[in-house]
This record gives sequence, structure tokens and C-alpha cells, in this order.
Amino acid sequence: MLARYFLPRDLHPGAWWVWALGLAVAASRTTNPWLLLTILAVACYVVIARRADAPWAMAFRLYLYLGAFIVAMRVLFRFVFGGAEGSTIILALPEIPLPAWAAGIRLLGDVSAESLLGGLYDGLRLATMVVCLGAANALANPKRLLKAMPPALYEVGTAVVVALSVFPQLAESVLRVRRARTLRGGATGRRFRALHAIIIPVLEDALDRSLRLAASMDSRGYGRAGRVAARARLATGALMIVGLIGVCVGVYATLDGSTPRFLAAPVLVAGLVVALVGFRLAGRRVHRTRYRPDRWRAPEIVVATSGVAVAVAFFATSGVNPTNLNPSLVVLSWPLLSWPPLLGAAVGLVPAVLSPIPEPVTA
Amino acid sequence: MIELDHVSFWYHGRESPVLDDISLSIGDGELVLLAGRTGAGKSTLLGTLNGLVPHFTGGHLDGEVSVDGVTTRSRPPREFAHLVGLVGQDPLAGFVTDTVEEELAYGMEQLGLPAQVMRRRVEETLDLLGIAELRRRPLRALSGGQQQRVAIGSVLTTHPRVLVLDEPTSALDPTAAEDVLATLARLVEDLGTTVILAEHRMERVIPFADRLLYTPGDGSVVDGPPPEVLRDMPITPPIVSLGRLAGWTPLPMTVRDARRRAPSLLAALAEPPPRPPLAPSPRLTASGVVVRYGPTVAVRGVDVELHGGTVLAMMGRNGSGKSSLLWALQGSGPRQGGTVQVAGKDPKDLPSAEARALVGLVPQTASDLLYLDTVADECRAADTESEASPGTCRALLDRLTPGIDSRAHPRDLSEGQRLALVLAVQLSATPGVLLLDEPTRGLDYTAKATLARIITALTSQGRAVVVATHDVEFVATVADHVAIMAEGEIVATGPTAEIIAGSPAFAPQTTKILGAPWLTVDDVRAALREPAR
Repeated sequence: MLARYFLPRDLHPGAWWVWALGLAVAASRTTNPWLLLTILAVACYVVIARRADAPWAMAFRLYLYLGAFIVAMRVLFRFVFGGAEGSTIILALPEIPLPAWAAGIRLLGDVSAESLLGGLYDGLRLATMVVCLGAANALANPKRLLKAMPPALYEVGTAVVVALSVFPQLAESVLRVRRARTLRGGATGRRFRALHAIIIPVLEDALDRSLRLAASMDSRGYGRAGRVAARARLATGALMIVGLIGVCVGVYATLDGSTPRFLAAPVLVAGLVVALVGFRLAGRRVHRTRYRPDRWRAPEIVVATSGVAVAVAFFATSGVNPTNLNPSLVVLSWPLLSWPPLLGAAVGLVPAVLSPIPEPVTA
Repeated sequence: MIELDHVSFWYHGRESPVLDDISLSIGDGELVLLAGRTGAGKSTLLGTLNGLVPHFTGGHLDGEVSVDGVTTRSRPPREFAHLVGLVGQDPLAGFVTDTVEEELAYGMEQLGLPAQVMRRRVEETLDLLGIAELRRRPLRALSGGQQQRVAIGSVLTTHPRVLVLDEPTSALDPTAAEDVLATLARLVEDLGTTVILAEHRMERVIPFADRLLYTPGDGSVVDGPPPEVLRDMPITPPIVSLGRLAGWTPLPMTVRDARRRAPSLLAALAEPPPRPPLAPSPRLTASGVVVRYGPTVAVRGVDVELHGGTVLAMMGRNGSGKSSLLWALQGSGPRQGGTVQVAGKDPKDLPSAEARALVGLVPQTASDLLYLDTVADECRAADTESEASPGTCRALLDRLTPGIDSRAHPRDLSEGQRLALVLAVQLSATPGVLLLDEPTRGLDYTAKATLARIITALTSQGRAVVVATHDVEFVATVADHVAIMAEGEIVATGPTAEIIAGSPAFAPQTTKILGAPWLTVDDVRAALREPAR
């Protein structure tokens, strides 16, 4: 039983996404830098423990850079666009006077420790959420996630997959054509001409390729199943759109504490139900099958639950002790750390131990 | 299985039909070879078999094409997915997913086959094509031969009754091509699949073919058993040319056949003409060339000397470092170590305009060099780029391939004409060394003969030419020397006869029949002309 649980395999991408979204939601509830750093550490540790040896997994580093960039920008903005809220002025820069129509915007001027810290906390929160999404991307093959979509969205999924694969090809042909340009004496003459000499062959190449791909897909039976009456199609489309709008409103209301409560859970649930009915109807007309679909088994449930648990822990503690989650910026002090949210964040580590390792690419 | 009933086809806006009143009937389990010049309608004919022509391409189709009793008139190509498997020229362009296993399953998913059946057929197909160890590999990381086999596998999983292939081996090295063809022969034998394939290099397929269709280019199709059709065909593989030369009837179809009759011909032959010895002065000297991309080493310390007036052929499987070496010699490609000297200079240190006056390179996708709307514009641009007097490029082009319309769009030219245009563009800079990367790809026998003539003319002007190619017959025709590359190293180098005659993979057909040092039918013809000595 246990041996089977830990057999190397790729988990359902949805499980990783639920886990990562759980961490991200938790991060959105706090500005406490210790907690945010803990969540970051948890995400990084799990990625390193469970990522596959594949190109998309290697892109995780880029998300870390992006996170660092976000933090740096947030802090820099506090320098540039005035950060004098608060009493502890740590840097007095000369203020640049702006004309009257730009009232409300300040350039440079005094910088207070409070506003810098505010920028740092805020940036760190956003960066953590971005890194959490990056973790999901590194752990789950994005294309497999598209494959796991409900059959009703199959066409959209295929379009996205094809579009995604175009980018590396475009980059490849740009490189090839640029190299070829040097064979004709390189970019002599005007810049526009040189650009023209690269764009034309690249676009021709891309068009050619997409035509050949379309021909290949057509002759292999793409779009063969599913002819449906226009009215039925309209009804399913309407159901899905209304449902998804409901879900968006519900999610927003749930995450933002200041919106009326009746917009939160009830709208979310109603939206979900409507959207699911739409998917069901749309899926029924599809006569396509799936080769080795990813299935939800015990490890998936463990991974997803651990992510949800982190989010729940943060929601629960914010009801009990909000000051630790959002340290005060009025009175400067070291942010405090209490046990409940810290332990909550640590639950996110569970997948690093209790999930099977991914299957190696070269068998 | 396949019935064509008075089929004619026009593209919109063209006056003459591509296919003109063709009636054919192809039975179950036949292996049919489709031959003909580029642009003679081979791909169009193949496309009609599952309805891509005219449903996808547009144009007007008269008559009726039916497969297994179903006519293509009333149904789109996707409704033929379970009947006809179509494999295009460039397998990579046709892949929808990104790993081998998913690609094999894609067609079955579209047909809605049950999961159990899909699992079983994927496993069977992996074994049938011998690609089981590649199952989880990304498609882009496979070699050309592997990609082609996956492409064949991906249509086989739907168990089509007919398999249609458009030049399945044109981009493959000789060994990979043999593999693919052996796979096809096995499919016909084991599964009874009807196979129809178009192929320029007929010599490899003829032994397997039950039937030969030849498109002369006027819209008609000549149909019959290979020996009969080949007797009157203007384009022929070496084995048939040799058979005609020696007056053998019936024409031999396999090397074994021909070899049995070889002694009588050999007795009538004089000594083979000696190939000219090396010119003394090297035009390009390279030593210790190293090219690497990160951790992968493409070229591992290679020494090359190119002499004026000679042709060096580079052979070796896909990915053995031929292209990287050529680019490094030209100076535009990366080179991490070693020296290259042309006329006392290193082309890498020169600006690209000067480097191309020393060494010209025609890359694998020659059309990357072309970006203007007409042939005349391209020629004018080439003259400016090379600082040559106006009209130089056009004059060169007319010498290479006369009669190309100045107003034509470069993309509308045939493969051979486009190659000639790129050659003219590169030659307008008057380089003393010319490097050609896979120039024979997509060329038919006639275009290849033209290219061979062009290369001979270039060397007679004292230029040094390098040709990287998989085409052994072409190498036998033009090359003075051969270098075989593997794993980024030159593993063998020497005169053509010595190198390719001794190797089972690289030996041309004439050598297989008559033994070394006979390389080409022309050699044999020349030796026959002077019988009394």
C-alpha cells in the first residue's frame, strides 16, 4: 500500500495548483515579513524537493527574480514618490516642486522608516504570491493542466497549447534568420531594412508551419466529434459565462473583507453550480476520450489538503489575533511571530515528504 | 481500396490542371511508389487521398476519389482519420503534442477510442516501430529519423487501412532512411496496410515497391510495375541507368539482381579514369576547431584543409556536427577554440561583409536569406551588399539556371531555382571558398544534376567547395574528397572512392553492384566509350 503510494509519478497538476493557491491566499492575508518569508521558504523547499527535470520546472528561478524585482520596485517607489507618512524620518531628500495640476503627487522629499517598511511588507506580500504561482508552474506541467480541463474547454485548451508551442519556435527562427542575415553581409543599411529582412522570413516560416500543423490536425481527426445545434451551444455558453462571473464576484467578496457578506459565499456557490451545469451540458456533446488522464488519488488529496490547510490556518488566526498578521506601521516595532500561523505555514511542507517523486524524463 | 475515377484538379487562378483526368485503382496491401519531378503534382495527388485536396487547399476537383468506398467529395479530411494516415514532409511541423506517447495517442483521442484500447495500441506501436525507449522523451529532442518514425506511429495507432507518406526520408541520413523504409516494408508485410509514398531518391524504395506511379508533369500519371515504368522514365535511379547502359532486360530492380549480371559488364570496362590529384595550395586551413553549446560539444577539435578546385563532401548522421563546423569555418557561427585561416586572415575577426567575400555559406534553410518580393529586388540587394557592379547577381543567376522570371516572388520558385538564387546571391561577393549545407534536400534528379554541374563549374574557376549532405549518390557524382563526421570529430577522410566505397551505409549503388572503384554511372559510361585499349 505504502509502496504504491510513493511510486514515482507525476501528480495531477490540479493538486499542485490547489496547494500553491492555498499558500498564495495565506500570503495575501498577512504582511508580517517573518510569516511571508516562511511561506516563501516552504514554497522553495517543496519545489526543490519535487520538481521534475523539465524546462518549465527550470523556470522557477525566473519567478524568484521577479519577486526580488517587485520588492525592490515597491521600496524604490517609496523613495521617489514621497514616503513621509509617519514620524521617523530617516532620509531627507530635497523635494522637487511640481506644478499645481500635479497636486497630490510628490517627487522625492522626506522619507520615513514607516513608509519604507510599508513598501517592503507590501512588496514582500506580492512577491510571495507570485513565487507561489511560480511554484505551481514548476511542479505541474502547464500543458498537462490544460489537458486536465473539462472536455467542454477542449478546443480552448488545444488553441492555448498550440499558441504556447509557437513561441519557442518563433524564437528559434528569429535566431536562425538573424544568423543567416550575417551571411548576406549583416545589417548594413538602414535599421528598418534590417528588421524587415528578419521579420519577413520569420513570419513566412511561422505561417507555413501553422498551415502544416492545421493540415496535420485536420487529417488526424481534430474537431471530428461534436456537431451541436446553435441554440444548445448558446445556452451552454450563457450558463458558463454567467457562472464564471458569479465565481469571480464570489471570490472577490470572500477575499476582500469590506464587501457585503451576502456577495461572498452565496454568490460563489451559486456561480459554481451554474458554471458546472454549463460544463456538464457542453461536455456531453464531446465524443472524445483521453489517453492516460491524470487521476486524483491519495497523494493528490494530501497535497491539495495541505495547501488548503495553510490558507484556513491564516483565515482562522486573523479572526483571533490580527495584529500579528498585519504588524502595526504606526508604532515602529519588531513584528511579532506567534505559533499558530507559523505552524499553519509549516503544514505547506507536507508535500515535500508525503508525495511521490516525479518520474524521470529519460526512462 | 483506393479508387480515383477521372480525377482532375486545378488550383484557383491557374490555367493548366495539376492533375488531368486520372483514373487509378489501388488494391489492399500494395506498396506504391510515386515518383516525378518537383512540382509535377505528387503532393497534390497524395492530398486528394484523404480530402485535404481540395477541402483544405482550395481549388477545383473534378471526378471522384474514394477510399474504402467512401468518397472524399462529401466529407472533410477529419472524417477519414480512421481510414487514411497522412505523414507530411516535415514531421516536426505536424506534431500537436510534445511527448512521444501523447503524440501516438492524439489521433485515437480524437476518434474517441476507449482508454483500454488506446493503452494497448500505444504499446504495440511503440514496439512495432522500435521506439519504446523514447516514450517519455520530448518530440523536439529526437533525431530526424526518430521523429519520422514517431510521425508514422502517430497515424498508425488509429489503424488506418491506407498510409500515405510524402517524402518520408528526404531529410534523413542513409541509415535512418533505411530504418524507416524497413519499417514501412514490415507494415505492408505484417498488417496488410496499403502504403503510398512519394520519394525523390527512388533507389532505396524500388526494391520494396509493388507498383510505380510516375507523374511526368503534364497532369497525367503513368502506372505500372516498376520495371516497365522505369524503362521509359527520364529520371531514374543509378541502378536503372546502369541497367539501360549495359542493355540488361528486364531491368534489375535490386542490387542483388544487378550484381549477378555485373561480371559481363565489368569485362567490357577499361580502367576507371584516374581522379585528379590534390591541388597544391590550400585555400582554407583550419586546425583544432572547437564549437560547443553550453555542455554539449558540437565540434571537437577538427582540422580541415580546403584546396582550390576541389569538392569536399561532409557526411555523417544528423547532429554529428557538420553544420556547426561549416558555420564556424565561415566565421558567423560560434567557435570557442582553434584557428581558421583564409588568405592569411581569420573570417571570424572580420566584419560579416568582408568575411563573406572570403567564405560563402548557403545554410540548410536557404530561403532564410531571401526577404524581398521579387527575384530582381533580391539580385539588386545582393549587388549592393557585395559592392559588386549592378547586374552581377542576375548574370550569375542566368549562368546557374537560365530563364528565371525577374518578377517572380522567390517563394514561388521551385526548390532548385530558389537554391540557385541563393547561390547567385552568395557568389556575387566572389568568395574563394563556398560551403553548402544540405543543398540537395528536396531536389529531384534533374535539379541535382544541375547543381552538380554548377559545382563543377565553380571548382573549375579554382574555388574550393564543401558540401554537407546525406545523399551518397550526389557525393559520388561531385566530391573529390569525403570526410565522415561522428560525435563532432572527423572519423575518416580521404578520396571519395576510398571512403564511401568501403562503407556499407555510404556506398552508392554503382559501387554496390560493380565494386570499388566504380562510383557513378557516368564513370562507367566513360570507361565503356573507349573499349579498344
